[in-house]
Amino acid sequence: MKRLCVLCGMFLLIACRRDMQDQPKYRPFRKSTFFGDERSARPQVAGTVGRGQLHEDNLLFSGKSGTVFADTFPVPVDEALLRRGQERYRIYCSPCHGLLGRGDGMVVRRGYRPPSSFHVERLRAQPAGYFFDAISHGFGAMPDYAAQIPVRDRWAIVAYVRALQLSQNVPLADVPADERAELEKGTATP
Amino acid sequence: MSQTFHHSTNTLSKLSIFGALFLVVGALWVTVEVNRSPYVTQEGVAREQPVPFSHQHHVGGMGIDCRYCHTSVEVSATAGIPPTKTCMNCHSQIWSNSPMLEPVRASFRNDTSIEWTKVNDLPDFVYFDHSAHVNRGVGCSTCHGRVDRMPLMAQAASLQMEWCLQCHRQPERYVRPQAAVFDAAYEPPADQRALGSRLVKEYGIHTRTSCSTCHR
Ligand code: HEC
Ligand code: HEC
Ligand code: HEC
Ligand code: HEC
Ligand code: HEC
Ligand code: HEC
Repeated sequence: MKRLCVLCGMFLLIACRRDMQDQPKYRPFRKSTFFGDERSARPQVAGTVGRGQLHEDNLLFSGKSGTVFADTFPVPVDEALLRRGQERYRIYCSPCHGLLGRGDGMVVRRGYRPPSSFHVERLRAQPAGYFFDAISHGFGAMPDYAAQIPVRDRWAIVAYVRALQLSQNVPLADVPADERAELEKGTATP
Repeated sequence: MSQTFHHSTNTLSKLSIFGALFLVVGALWVTVEVNRSPYVTQEGVAREQPVPFSHQHHVGGMGIDCRYCHTSVEVSATAGIPPTKTCMNCHSQIWSNSPMLEPVRASFRNDTSIEWTKVNDLPDFVYFDHSAHVNRGVGCSTCHGRVDRMPLMAQAASLQMEWCLQCHRQPERYVRPQAAVFDAAYEPPADQRALGSRLVKEYGIHTRTSCSTCHR
């Protein structure tokens, strides 16, 4: 009889597994029954400034020096930054602007408003800050990417857009001799 | 005195003892296998979602990178489910009148959350970290399968402890070059062993099997 009781007790314990499986705590994105909007992730309290949120560096956070768009970069532009920019550009911009910035990305082909090519004279003449601002605040029909792309990555993308603009507008004479033959065959890849 | 039982019952009783053993072991085996089966683990079962979001169309069809939507996957434990704003980046213009997308527009208008059904769901006593994996050459498709072929998301692995461990014991069987981590269609090369061993050294990967790695 005693053994039977122990056995029954063990069967009862099986149900306890679920308590450990779904503990009364919040994991990311878990629904809350406590807050009115049912979100466990709470928005920042209005009027507070978190660590790292004091955007003192005007150039870094707004792309402007004073009130006009700056044409300088707040971060050193090196190969690592350009590589980072290339990667981020392909994730966040190429769906609409296309891999080369011609404004022919996949989403545009499915009916999104076509943006202008980055290689027109008007955009080649724009300062770097102009592109930074378009990413941070959007531009016309284009949504902003402030929530998806951290500030430093935005500058990396701007640097890469500059490199793209350069790459599509080089006189043949500037291309190193050993690469020129490749280009003329039309086999070079971006 | 005559015997109550016929002589053959001796064999019968021995057989039944033996048989009972088989029965017990068999029952245990069935329990274990049922526990591993998709019926329990939910492996390969596509879930209903409030909006029929298709990775096949968005990833396979348009080639959008995982990180466009799952923005935190490289830097934090959780991969992140995109907020409604991310959908509206495109759907403010594309299919902007489709009734299928009404829940998305309603969520955006009213600032409410879309309640996606969680597909991959570990028990709360297990700790998992995406950034530890995707920054060391473990690709999304190794754990989540061919999402670019999923019209609705389904869990691709059992997510049981033995599944985690078979990789933690021998990571060289699965790691891939860092550049291919987000490639949903990656196929391991024929010389995976050689490549894997080289990458494990290069990325400084150790076998992690102590309990506190995942239960902390
Ligand atoms: C969802 C599609 C989409 C994505 C993704 C997108 N853009 Fe745009 N972008 C547009 C459209 C459409 C316009 C044109 C808007 C208009 O003219 O009203 C535009 C305009 C711009 C302009 C201004 C061009 C001009 O004519 O002055 C810049 C600069 C720009 N985008 C940069 C970027 C960068 C950098 C990224 C990546 C972080 C990006 N865009 C991602 C759709 C997109
Ligand atoms: C256009 C945005 C978008 C892109 C791009 C995208 N996803 Fe998703 N993903 C979502 C949304 C929304 C959900 C939640 C709905 C669902 O589960 O289908 C989701 C869910 C998931 C889930 C299941 C989450 C859970 O509940 O367990 C996995 C796994 C996943 N995505 C992997 C990927 C991978 C891998 C890629 C890149 C190859 C990718 N996603 C690209 C939007 C996206
Ligand atoms: C980068 C642009 C982009 C983003 C971001 C995006 N979509 Fe889409 N979506 C599209 C396009 C383009 C189509 C049309 C698909 C086609 O023509 O094959 C589409 C189609 C759809 C459809 C119609 C059914 C289907 O799969 O064809 C649904 C539902 C949908 N999207 C939901 C979502 C949700 C939910 C999100 C947010 C997590 C989202 N989309 C984010 C571009 C996008
Ligand atoms: C080592 C295996 C593994 C790899 C690699 C992996 N995931 Fe996951 N993923 C999981 C597990 C396990 C969960 C469930 C986590 C939980 O329930 O806490 C999950 C959950 C998710 C979720 C749901 C939200 C969340 O964070 O819980 C999304 C979205 C997701 N993964 C996307 C991705 C993407 C995109 C990649 C590639 C960049 C990726 N995963 C790589 C195992 C993996
Ligand atoms: C396909 C291979 C693979 C699978 C499957 C896998 N992991 Fe990992 N995991 C790794 C690798 C590789 C590392 C990096 C180890 C290192 O840094 O030395 C890692 C690291 C981790 C870490 C971080 C360790 C630390 O101390 O930083 C945790 C936690 C973890 N894994 C949990 C899990 C859990 C839980 C599962 C099952 C749901 C799982 N992993 C499945 C390959 C895998
Ligand atoms: C690589 C990650 C990982 C490591 C290392 C690990 N576990 Fe687990 N463990 C898991 C996961 C994932 C589950 C959840 C399995 C499931 O949902 O079926 C789990 C579940 C369990 C459970 C509960 C089983 C159940 O069915 O409820 C126990 C007990 C456990 N682990 C003990 C251990 C012990 C003891 C160790 C050390 C020897 C260990 N684990 C090491 C990932 C791990």
